[in-house]
Amino acid sequence: MTPIQVVFLFTAALILWAAFMMVTRQNLVHAALYLIVALFGVAVIFVLLEAGFLAVIQVLVYIGAIAILMIFAVMLTRGDVSHESESVNRGFGWAALLAALFCFGLIILLGQSPAINTPAPALAVDRDTVFELGRALVSPDAYVIPFEVASVLLLAALIGALVVARPHIKEKSKQR
Amino acid sequence: MIPLSWYLTLAAGLFSFGLYGVLARKNAIAILMGVELMLNAVNINLVAFWRYLTSDSMNGQAFAVMVFAVAAAEVAVGLALVISVYRRRKTVSADEINLMKW
Repeated sequence: MTPIQVVFLFTAALILWAAFMMVTRQNLVHAALYLIVALFGVAVIFVLLEAGFLAVIQVLVYIGAIAILMIFAVMLTRGDVSHESESVNRGFGWAALLAALFCFGLIILLGQSPAINTPAPALAVDRDTVFELGRALVSPDAYVIPFEVASVLLLAALIGALVVARPHIKEKSKQR
Repeated sequence: MIPLSWYLTLAAGLFSFGLYGVLARKNAIAILMGVELMLNAVNINLVAFWRYLTSDSMNGQAFAVMVFAVAAAEVAVGLALVISVYRRRKTVSADEINLMKW
């Protein structure tokens, strides 16, 4: 077993442990902290896959923005949640069964794929994948249209979030 | 060298935990966290297939970047909806938000 495999197995165990703790914790702030551990593990996996740019983006966008947003939302909606006696609904046994079946089905299916045993081709030493990714995102014969659509989507989400979360004028006058 | 199947197995496990979180949790924010786990599992798969099968082009990584953008948009709108619902109903429990339930 090579050192890099040891790193992978340790990271994978950390991710799966953190994911398990996340879905089973009653306290949502703890769940959000476990979510951060899992997201950081995924960043390590990206480094192992030689996608350094995505690892940086993972830390910036997921841990720096999304997880912090989650914690903010948990703290803003704390009214009755912390006193709630049960955190899972009645059908959680079915949910667990379905998730386990799905996992085993996926693993059995991917074991039958012929591509599963392809070794990773070595990336050329002088190859700059970050540069290539940047070129691919703005080049007309690659991904410029999805890139622009994504920017419009982010703008729409920004405006939509503001409109949805803003208190309504009637409510505001009631509160006074 | 790490076999491709290890990455895919990890992603399958992570996706299943996210699926369980989405299906079983009551709190709407916990459901959104489960969705985040599922999106991350998909991203691991995309980057792993890029590295092992199509590393001569950048398609896999470009798709992963799109998934990042969509995840950010999804969580912003989702949490705004949760806060709006909380402001009106004083609850974020998914089984009490049943105004539109048939």
